[in-house]
Amino acid sequence: MAKKTPAKKAGTPKKKAPAKTKVTTKNLRAPTDTLWFMYQKMCQIRLFEEHVWDVYTRGLMPGLAHLYIGEEAVAVGACSALRDDDYITSTHRGHGHCLAKGGQLDRMMAEIMGKEAGYCRGKGGSMHIADMSVGILGANGIVGGGFGIATGAALSAKLRNSDQVAVCFFGDGASNQGIMLETINMAAAWNLPAIYICENNQYGEHTPYQAVTGVKDIADRAKGLGLEGLIVDGSDVLVMHETMSAAVAKARKGDGPTLIEAKTYRFHGHHVGDAMTYRTREEAEWWRDNKDPIKLLGQYMTANKVAQQKELDAIYKQVEGDVLAAIEFGKDAPFPPPEQAYEDLYA
Amino acid sequence: MPEREMLFREAIAQAMREEMRRDKSVFLMGEDVGPSGGIFKCCEGLFDEFGPQRVLDTPIAEAGYIGLSVGAAMTDMRPIAELMFGDFALLAMDQIVNQAAKIRYMTGGQCKVPMTIRLAMGAGRSSAAQHSQSLQAIFAHIPGLKVVLPSTPRDAKGLLKSAIRDDNPVLFFEDKMMYNDKGLVPDDDDFLIPLGQADIKRSGSDVTLVATSSMVTLALEAAERLAASDISVEVVDPRTLMPLDEDTILESVRKTGYAIVIDEAPQSYGATAEIAARIGEKAFDYLDAPVLRIGAADLPIPFSPPLEMPTIPDVDRVVATVLKQRGR
Repeated sequence: MAKKTPAKKAGTPKKKAPAKTKVTTKNLRAPTDTLWFMYQKMCQIRLFEEHVWDVYTRGLMPGLAHLYIGEEAVAVGACSALRDDDYITSTHRGHGHCLAKGGQLDRMMAEIMGKEAGYCRGKGGSMHIADMSVGILGANGIVGGGFGIATGAALSAKLRNSDQVAVCFFGDGASNQGIMLETINMAAAWNLPAIYICENNQYGEHTPYQAVTGVKDIADRAKGLGLEGLIVDGSDVLVMHETMSAAVAKARKGDGPTLIEAKTYRFHGHHVGDAMTYRTREEAEWWRDNKDPIKLLGQYMTANKVAQQKELDAIYKQVEGDVLAAIEFGKDAPFPPPEQAYEDLYA
Repeated sequence: MPEREMLFREAIAQAMREEMRRDKSVFLMGEDVGPSGGIFKCCEGLFDEFGPQRVLDTPIAEAGYIGLSVGAAMTDMRPIAELMFGDFALLAMDQIVNQAAKIRYMTGGQCKVPMTIRLAMGAGRSSAAQHSQSLQAIFAHIPGLKVVLPSTPRDAKGLLKSAIRDDNPVLFFEDKMMYNDKGLVPDDDDFLIPLGQADIKRSGSDVTLVATSSMVTLALEAAERLAASDISVEVVDPRTLMPLDEDTILESVRKTGYAIVIDEAPQSYGATAEIAARIGEKAFDYLDAPVLRIGAADLPIPFSPPLEMPTIPDVDRVVATVLKQRGR
């Protein structure tokens, strides 16, 4: 077993970033601590990814980097409704899910740099980050690779009579893999505590999903599979959190799985270095200008007097310091010695 | 140790029953494994004893339920998944090869995947090309998996119990022509055969036959016939291809100086090639003749008996190969 690190409290926002401004506004859509937590988490993901871009282009990171920038509200809205002992499976575009579920900046950064101190001791890299101690059953390099594992974890939770839930993040691309039908069918047939979150970011690699998909809304497929299907604005972390909280409560009660389609957009290309010839600059700018989840939550918080802009800026600065420290940690950490390639195969 | 005579398939059921009684995390899933007891009757009585919570009839969705097994195994359960015909494993290759075999390694050893996949293999009952394959070498080729091939009811019980207790993904191949074979099986809940330990099924001094699964029976029959020609045959059953007990094989070959490797899969690029190569690499100086191989023809298995039977190894071919190797 890899060395256990103390579990971070992904799903317990109360301990994070206390609100500094006295709140007078009633009828907020989430408690102020939750709002601060979500703002901080989304900033953390944004900054982590921006620095991954930098680390990648500076040659400090081998392999490929798939950035989550623009989609932060989906992971954060979803994971802030989960407990540490709930499970998630993530995707090749997985840094955001892992951070939102409680993954640590330094061990993630060390892993993507291929260092021994990384989550996978340098054996997985960006596409395989996992932290079993907080229920992250792994990012996955196979598109749709999380369906079986997440649904199996949900079956396990049910067979063990625990009230854990398992969440499968997947993209619009994965929604055309056959494994989706096979596994969600079983979750529906057996009422498993599983939640399937489709991050519809409009493109499967370089191909617009609408060019290769028979439905406009992936959530429509839920009806044919026998479970509830919901569509949410994936740039609105509050609606994501509310929808997810309801789905989690339903799953915990034993009332079965839910499919949530979050309409979102990746601000960057499929991976760092993607020339993005398949979409227009105007389209990407429209999403950046109108659907930036961090900007939207910040506006909500200032409009409702939960925060002042300078407090939000301070959070951003503080998180940037954390990310820079993680980069230093990763850079300073040693590479694994070659003989470690032969470790960790069999238990 | 008291022993009881039982069928191969009964030994399989007994192993699963004992392990399910012993460990609450063990459960069984597959197509028709529930009240109907599996099409080859290997799961008879399990649904009645353990109920639908632990004996799950799945939809016909091999990738799906093998995938669920991986996730369950990663989260404190110990699934046994039955693939009615091993050929259907090909529908679940991503789950077996990309997920089950690799998730522990890719995550730096953070998890275990204690799952057993039972697969019916082999030709000989006019099941044609999609229900007759022997795919063991494909899986033995994948680091991270273990591959087990029992040849007797006794071995079936001891090896399956070890496979279920193993913390890694294990593929357990059952030759469907052996399900009704009879044999003595220890009546003991803790009878285990370690994975990676070959068994000398017959001792001899003139030639080593390394045979897997039902090919062990052919080798033993051939040995009986060759004894009449004063050729003393040693039959080595590796029992597991991964891990492979190379030492026992090499020791036998060093003693006899002749080696023939028999496996029911198509002869090219299979388990016989790997074992023959290792003998060539590590016991060359002891060999009095080139290592020979016996496998099925490099064909899809045909349906009609007069087409099918000559494509798979039989006793005559084993005897003829032994004689040919000695120039007789």
